Amino acid sequence: MAEKSAKQVLFEPIFDNNPIALQILGICSALAVTSSMSVTLVMCASVIAVCSFSNLAVSLVRTQIPGSIRIIVQMTIIASLVIVVDQILKAYAYEISKQLSVFVGLIITNCIIMGRAEGFAMQNPPFLSFMDGVGNGLGYSVLLVFVAFFRELLGAGTLMGYTILPSVSDGGWYATNGLMLLPPSAFFIIGLGIWALRAWKPEQVEEPEYRMSRQTVKEAF
Amino acid sequence: MANKKETVSRTVMVALALCIVCSVIVSTAAVTLSPAQATNRLLDMKSNILAAAGMLPKGASSDRIEELFSRFDVKLVSLETGEYIDPESLGLANAMAYDQYQASNNPERSENIPASEDKAGIKRQADIAKVYILREGDEVTKIVLPVHGYGLWSTMYGFMALQGDANTVEGLGFYSHGETPGLGGKIDNPEWKQNWIGKKIYEEDSTEPQIRLIKGGVGADAKDKQHKVDALSGATLTSRGVQNMVNFWMGDRGFAPYLKQLRSGEV
Repeated sequence: MAEKSAKQVLFEPIFDNNPIALQILGICSALAVTSSMSVTLVMCASVIAVCSFSNLAVSLVRTQIPGSIRIIVQMTIIASLVIVVDQILKAYAYEISKQLSVFVGLIITNCIIMGRAEGFAMQNPPFLSFMDGVGNGLGYSVLLVFVAFFRELLGAGTLMGYTILPSVSDGGWYATNGLMLLPPSAFFIIGLGIWALRAWKPEQVEEPEYRMSRQTVKEAF
Repeated sequence: MANKKETVSRTVMVALALCIVCSVIVSTAAVTLSPAQATNRLLDMKSNILAAAGMLPKGASSDRIEELFSRFDVKLVSLETGEYIDPESLGLANAMAYDQYQASNNPERSENIPASEDKAGIKRQADIAKVYILREGDEVTKIVLPVHGYGLWSTMYGFMALQGDANTVEGLGFYSHGETPGLGGKIDNPEWKQNWIGKKIYEEDSTEPQIRLIKGGVGADAKDKQHKVDALSGATLTSRGVQNMVNFWMGDRGFAPYLKQLRSGEV
């Protein structure tokens, strides 16, 4: 693998190698925490923090980790960081931590974080690994904020809790779209987002695994 | 990569060192942050009490919540006799330090509820409850009582606020439940909660709670409409749970003895 610069590892995951849009990782939390912007932003900050510091920690001890227990070592580091983040949220952002509830704890199982620790931090020096963590966290965040923007705007008519489209129930004109507040809508928005991204950067389109051959009609008689 | 770091003893050493470092980090975070978390939980509880009493302004700051809450008198009540209990007799500095839900797990301070009387489905109940009284001058104007009961999936925890007559509902609010979002979860819906305001728990001179959640809405000329609340559509079992919970806690095993004394001015 060619050496990468810090700038590359920081910015590549945002559009060129987005963990959600290209690698299709971390979809689970993208469905769960994107119904309002403020909750999403806190979740994104938590993931950036966990991803960067777990990469840093794993990279610092990478030469010491015996191969036979490397996954559990990474898991322990990630789990410890997630608990710390959870405690900090409970102390300083209680309301939002109540809304995020179990999903902060579930950062431990977020495939992106484990993937970066095993796939990048185990082979690269600490600073580069830290930047890679920030970059992948940002890539995750960009897509989550994109999803949350549409879900909150169309689902509740608000952004960050401020009314943009006055809803019918508050005496305005906008009939809120209840589907947008339910998790399936995040699938649709992520799908449309991936479509838009690949239309902009066609090199991300995967080669089809096989092509259908032309249907040939054989005369029966 | 057949080198030194793959030996068994080294593997154990690395694992041990990692565990120690991680546990130190985690416990340091937990210990240093726990005072701030406790403050948050207490503030959250106070804002739930204010919300049930209809006194929580939108987007109130923590100072404002503290100030509003400080107007309440926190008292401990024996559920059996309905009399006030001195917190010092329990070895507590003040009534606020009492935790009713912790006490319901303490065999010395709680009792099992016989299944035939356990309408709310809570199995155990503390002997002493913590209530919140608002006075204006000498007159009691609001009473906030903790209530909990089993709905469809979960135990619902909330507060019931009554007006000074210890009969008219001032508000009902839940702060923790796991009912189906969009159906039973609508017990959090402000529009539905509005239905409770002004309902009467008891008939004149009775201690038998009369609250009913009924299907199809409460018409303007319905019989006993002062006791009836519109049930949640699509959530029959949650509605039944709420009805049972209110009637349990307002009944003889709940706050009825206390409320009776409050009405007659004895406490």
